[in-house]
Amino acid sequence: MARTPIEFRHNGRDQAIFVEEGSNLLDVLRRGVGDFAPKYGCGQGTCGCCTVLVDGEPHLSCLTLAETVAGRSIETTSGLGKGVELHPLQQAFMDNFAAQCGYCTPGMLMAAKSLLDHNPSPSRQEVVEAIAGNICRCTGYEPIIAAVLDASSRMSGRRSA
Amino acid sequence: MIEFRKDLFRDERDDNLNEIGKPTQRQDMVGHVTGRSPFYDDHAFEGLLHLRCLRSPHHHARLRSIEVRDAERSPGVHRVILAKDVPHNLNTLLSLMGFGLDDEPLISGGKVSYKGEPVAAVVAESERAAYDAIAKIRVSWEVLPHVLDVEDALKPGAVTVNDTYPGNTFTYHDKYDHQKLRFGDVEAAFRQADRVIEGRYQMSPIEQAPTETCGAIAAQENNGRFVCYTSTQALFFSLGTAAKLLNVPSNRLHFIGGTVGGGFGGKVDSLHEPMAILGCMLTGRPVKYMFDRAEEMQVGAPRGAERWYLKDAVGRDGRILGRQLTGYFDAGAYTRLSSYAIHKSTGHLPGPYTIPNVKSDVYCVFTNRTPSTAMRGFGITGVDFAIESHMDVVAHEIGMNPIEFRILNAYRDGDMKAHRRVAKNTALIECCQVVSEKANWPIRDDFRRMASSEGGGVGEAGRVPNYTATDQNGLVDTRNRGIKRRPGDPERPFSMPGTIPPRAEPARQPTPAPTYAGGGPLPGFAPTPGTGVRSEPRPSYAPSTTYSPQPVAPAASVASTQPTPASSAPPTPNRTGPNRFSSSVSGLRRR
Repeated sequence: MARTPIEFRHNGRDQAIFVEEGSNLLDVLRRGVGDFAPKYGCGQGTCGCCTVLVDGEPHLSCLTLAETVAGRSIETTSGLGKGVELHPLQQAFMDNFAAQCGYCTPGMLMAAKSLLDHNPSPSRQEVVEAIAGNICRCTGYEPIIAAVLDASSRMSGRRSA
Repeated sequence: MIEFRKDLFRDERDDNLNEIGKPTQRQDMVGHVTGRSPFYDDHAFEGLLHLRCLRSPHHHARLRSIEVRDAERSPGVHRVILAKDVPHNLNTLLSLMGFGLDDEPLISGGKVSYKGEPVAAVVAESERAAYDAIAKIRVSWEVLPHVLDVEDALKPGAVTVNDTYPGNTFTYHDKYDHQKLRFGDVEAAFRQADRVIEGRYQMSPIEQAPTETCGAIAAQENNGRFVCYTSTQALFFSLGTAAKLLNVPSNRLHFIGGTVGGGFGGKVDSLHEPMAILGCMLTGRPVKYMFDRAEEMQVGAPRGAERWYLKDAVGRDGRILGRQLTGYFDAGAYTRLSSYAIHKSTGHLPGPYTIPNVKSDVYCVFTNRTPSTAMRGFGITGVDFAIESHMDVVAHEIGMNPIEFRILNAYRDGDMKAHRRVAKNTALIECCQVVSEKANWPIRDDFRRMASSEGGGVGEAGRVPNYTATDQNGLVDTRNRGIKRRPGDPERPFSMPGTIPPRAEPARQPTPAPTYAGGGPLPGFAPTPGTGVRSEPRPSYAPSTTYSPQPVAPAASVASTQPTPASSAPPTPNRTGPNRFSSSVSGLRRR
C-alpha cells in the first residue's frame, strides 16, 4: 500500500511520519506517534473521545484523514501543562471531580481548551454548547461544566494579576 | 459546588470520622486529566497484530461448512482461527463458582444461536487487512427457525436455543426449571381480598454503551507466560475463564487491568482476553482484539429484558394481603450471568413491603437474542420497575394517594421478609416522606409522623407464616420439560410437565416447616399450628383530603377482577397548591 510522508507540529514539536493512504489521524497519533491521549470511542464521529485541536480548532481525529494535517499544528491533552505544572483546565477538572472513568476526559479537555482560547469568559450555556459533541457515559456533565467555568475564572484572575 | 454527606447531615451526625463524608481525591485523577491513565489499548507493542471475527448474520443457524483458504492467502493475514483451534471450547462464566453448566463456545463450530455469534477469527497486520480477509471467508448456512420472545420459547414445540438446556430454561438446584419463592398462601389471600389487581410489565434490553469498547491485548513474556492488558471489570473472572478455555494453568497468564473506560456491567463477560491470548499463542505476535462500536452495540451483552406478571390481593383498608409474581428473564442465547440475576431478584421480592402472602416463579429463559449480562443493579432494576409501576396502578385503582399507599405497606424494622430474614435498617417510610416533600405531593399528617423503626415486627408480621402453601406431596410443582440431570443424579420425584406457568391449587395441609424454593426446612423456624391468611393491625386508611388522583405509570395493562367496594369513599379532588413541609423529616432516627 502506498505510504505518504507527512510533517506536522505535534504539541509544539516537529513530527515527520509515513502514513498509509486512507488512515485516520487518531490511528496515526496513537500507533504512529505514540500519543495515547486521544481515545477511540466510536470511530464514526459521535462520541468526541478522539477530539484534538488542529490549528486551534477542535477536530474529531477518527474522521480526519491523516494526510490533511500536513504542515498544520496538532494539540492533544498530552501537551497541556508544562512539565509537572498542570494547565488551569486540568487543575480545575481535578478540583471539581470532573472525571470518573476518565475515558472522555482528554477529548473534553481539548473541546474546553478551544472554547477558552477563543472565549476566555464563556457563559454556562456556551460551555454546554462547546462540550455538546463529547459524550460522558458516566454522565458527569455538571462537574465538567463547573470545572470549565472554574478554569475560566482562574485564567482571567491570572491574566489580571 | 458538590454536596457532601458530611455537610448535608451535619446537624444529624455527631460522629467524628476522619475520611468518610469528606471529599477525597481519586488516586487516578492525575492520569485522567493528563491523558496518561493506562487504558488497555494505551500500550505500545512492536509488531502488534489485530484480530477480528466473522459473525453470524442469522439469529439461529447451523454451519454446514466454512471455507477459509482465500482468507488465509489474503494480504497481511497471519492466521485464521476456527472452533477446532480453541483448546477447551465450552464454558459458562459462573462455572468458576460451580454454578450452571458449560453452554457457550468461544468460537462456534456447530450452530449459532444469536446474531453476531463468532464463527471464525482472523489475525492480521492491520484492522483493514483483517476486515478484508473476513470478507473472503465463505460460510454455508442452514438457517433454522428462531425464537425471540421469552414466553414463545417456553411453549411446547419451541426450537431449542441452547443444546445444554433443551427446555430453554436454566436449571436451578439441579432439577428446577425456575426459581421459586413461597411464603404464606396467596390463593387464600385472593379469596379474602377486597380487590385483586393484575398487571403485566415489560422492560427492554439496555446496552451499557461504555465509551471505551471492550477489548484486550495479549503478548508473550520472556518466561513462558502471556501478559494480557484488558478492559475487564472482573480481572480474576477473566483470568480463570481464559485459563479454562485455553487449557493452561493460570500462573502462565499475567493479567493487567483496573483502568476501565466505563463498564457499567458490560465488561465482565471475558470474551476478549481468551481470544487475544489464543491469537498470540498461535502467531507468536502481540494481538489486540477489540469491539468496534457496531459490535459493542450488537454483540456486546446488554442488560437482559424482563417480563413480569403481578397479581395483588388488596384489603379494604389498602393493605396488600398477597402478591403473586411470575417473571421471565431473557438470558439471550447463553447463560452468562442471567441465572444469578434471578437469585438476586427473588431475594428482593416482594419489594420493600411487608406482605404476608407471597408466591413467585421466575424463569431464566433462553432465546435467540444477544446473551445478556450484568448492568448496574441487574436482577433488581427490572423487577423494581414492575413492582413500583404496579404500586402506582393499585393505588390509582383503589383511590389512594400512592405515597400513603407505600407507607401503609412499607416494611419496618423487625418485619419478616418473604425470603425469611428479618428486615433491618429499613428506610422506605423516610424515603417516601422526603419524596412527598421534594415532589410537593402532600401526604396526611399521620403518615408524615410514621417511622420505619416503629411498629415493625409486631405479631405475625415479625415471623414466618404458620402455613405456607405448597403443592402435591408438600412439594412445589415444576415444569421440568427437558431438564438435564447430571450423571449419577438419582431420579427426583418431580413431574407435572407442560404446565406453564404453574397453576396447581395447593393442597391444604399443614407443612412440617416452611421451605424455601428447592431447599430443605429452614433452621430456627419451629412448626406452628394454624392456617389462614394473616392480617395485622396496621394504621387504618382514609383518603387524604389533600389528594387528587394523578395519571398513573403508562407501562401497564390493568385488569381488575373484583368489583370496587361500595364503602370506599372517593378521594376528594381538592389538592391545593404548594405545601411546604419541614425538612426535618429525613434521617432523624439514624442517630
